Amino acid sequence: MQLKTLAIALAAALASVLSAQAALAAAEDIVIGDIDDLSGNYADVAGTGAVEAIKMAIADSGGTVLGRKVSILVADHQNKPDIGASKFREWADQNGLNLLLGGSNTGVNIAMSKVAAAKKIPFFSIGAGGASLTNEDCTAYTVHYVYDTTALANGTATTIVQNGGKTWFYLTADYAFGTQLQTAASKVVEANGGKTLGAVRVPLAASDFSSFLLQAQASGAQVLGLANAGEDFSNSLKAANEFGITKKMKPAALLAFITNIHSLGLETAQGLYLTTGFYWDLNEETRAFSKRYFAKTGKEPTMDQGGYYSATLTYLKAVKAVGSTDSDKVMAELKKTKINDMFAKGGYIRADGVMVHDMYVMQVKSPQESKYPWDYYKVLKVMKGEEAFGPITGLCPLAPK
Amino acid sequence: MTEIFGIPVAVILGQLMLGLVNGSFYAILSLGLAVIFGLMGIVNFAHGAFYALGAFAALLGLQWFGINYWAALLLAPLAVGVLGIVVERLLLRHLYKLDPLYGLLMTFGLALVIEGSLHQLFGASGHSYSVPPGLAGAFNLGFMILPIYRAWVILVSVAVCFSTWFVIERTRLGATLRAAKENAPLLQAFGVNVPLLVVATYGGGVALAALAGVLSAPVVLVSPLMGNSLVIVVFAVVVIGGMGSILGAVLSGLALGVVEGFTKVIYPEASNVVVFVVMALVLIVRPAGLFGRE
Repeated sequence: MQLKTLAIALAAALASVLSAQAALAAAEDIVIGDIDDLSGNYADVAGTGAVEAIKMAIADSGGTVLGRKVSILVADHQNKPDIGASKFREWADQNGLNLLLGGSNTGVNIAMSKVAAAKKIPFFSIGAGGASLTNEDCTAYTVHYVYDTTALANGTATTIVQNGGKTWFYLTADYAFGTQLQTAASKVVEANGGKTLGAVRVPLAASDFSSFLLQAQASGAQVLGLANAGEDFSNSLKAANEFGITKKMKPAALLAFITNIHSLGLETAQGLYLTTGFYWDLNEETRAFSKRYFAKTGKEPTMDQGGYYSATLTYLKAVKAVGSTDSDKVMAELKKTKINDMFAKGGYIRADGVMVHDMYVMQVKSPQESKYPWDYYKVLKVMKGEEAFGPITGLCPLAPK
Repeated sequence: MTEIFGIPVAVILGQLMLGLVNGSFYAILSLGLAVIFGLMGIVNFAHGAFYALGAFAALLGLQWFGINYWAALLLAPLAVGVLGIVVERLLLRHLYKLDPLYGLLMTFGLALVIEGSLHQLFGASGHSYSVPPGLAGAFNLGFMILPIYRAWVILVSVAVCFSTWFVIERTRLGATLRAAKENAPLLQAFGVNVPLLVVATYGGGVALAALAGVLSAPVVLVSPLMGNSLVIVVFAVVVIGGMGSILGAVLSGLALGVVEGFTKVIYPEASNVVVFVVMALVLIVRPAGLFGRE
């Protein structure tokens, strides 16, 4: 364990040097922080691309707001809740942080939402899926911006059950996100007359999924519900193909990003149903944004990266409107103004913190259907925000039923 | 259907098979580690990174130069092995006289550099490498569908492990290698080029890691962190087998793959810790490991 101690000490020393530099720059700036997985499994979902998206949004807002320069702080939470929370606390105390954007990982985002409440700093959770962020873990400063487990289940699970996939077996990532996603999906499945035949909880970043897949197959279920994300999702779908399981069971991607589809290739991913909050090729506006984004990163944006752009714009618009960065004034403004940009049309932030906007149920194209690079999805259904995110549950004390 | 302890026999056979496949990867990886530790006394923490490099070498070889799987099976370990030799000459060579901890720190740092660079260059989400045409498809074993490629992995693993064991334990070259570990100055006095042996050993061990990387490329997505969690498990395997024991590394690799497979059925949540539980138990009963010399 000496090794670990040393590594942590080195990391801490490096981090303090970096943040000391940031502190100097941040005296009168409007400071936007981004805490995300920059080096692990989810680093391509938001990661450095998201930082690029924030920069684009700041540039599109003029670079300065209320005569103050807008600056960015970035940190890697390494998928560890304690690192995310302590970084957030440090920025709040020392760097005059005005807004925190949270990237992937529900566990880390829940930990950061507690800090948001304590420090009274607006916190936009972009990349986390867990709907608990706007239910039992809600705060007056949390906004859940892009998608949540409820919306994913309402999109993908409903579509599959209604198309005849009545019996389900879940491969569930063994942490907050996976279990919340499975619960949400099985609720939807059962409400539509389907049945859950079983589930297996798979440790995060397992090296092999075939054992779990054989269990799924033995259940005799019609649908293989993949309640996982990132590389775990890709590797489990890849193995399901290899073992011929996708011939008998219909795989359901409860959360998949366009980067996953890009990695897997259409040959493996074709026919898959999934739900997304954004797709680069939806309309002229999304294509225009994505073209600029592509020029900087060489990839099309994921829904999280699109969400980062929109969230930054939305926050800065609210700051402009109230003429201050006072957290309570900005939150009040955010909750009464409609969001209209390339990401969302008529979106609004509900009392419990959900940013209600349209979601898209997609099917992955076959290699023959795909006409140009990154032409991966066809839109099966546009779900209205209210349908996707469902009614207020009453679990969040700020938003009684 | 017949059942044992409430588990259908078909499921048991299936998991046994899959456990052997995963165990084959553990065996090749732990073999490389055991060779490097047994003959050089270096705890090679960069093993997982070399494994990832092997997979990337196969992927990039295919994308950039059109090198197919069969050629990559030979060329990727060769290329990564040469890199290992460079690492040994430039970095590790200076650490032999120091506490083994320094070698561990050096290779740990090296792993971070390699994985960080791959991440920077190729992103985190991974790349697909197709199963070679000759090995596509699957056998129907009755109790399960076994992809031909997975069966191939078991075959290669057994062949590689056996030949490595044979070279080290049963040939004159192996005897010289082992002598270098026991008493290097004396061997040098007999006119044997010991530094050359050492560098070849490290290159060979690293090449084994890269070979495991090429083998796994069609099975999982090729990504920078593919060896990151694996290396810890493989270290546990080596400790269980007995640090430095070739036979121990191979047998415990295969056995732990199977143990892990069954854990995935009985209590899946524990499947990522069961290896460490076994390690703790083994260390209590036999501190030198199952095949280690006390």
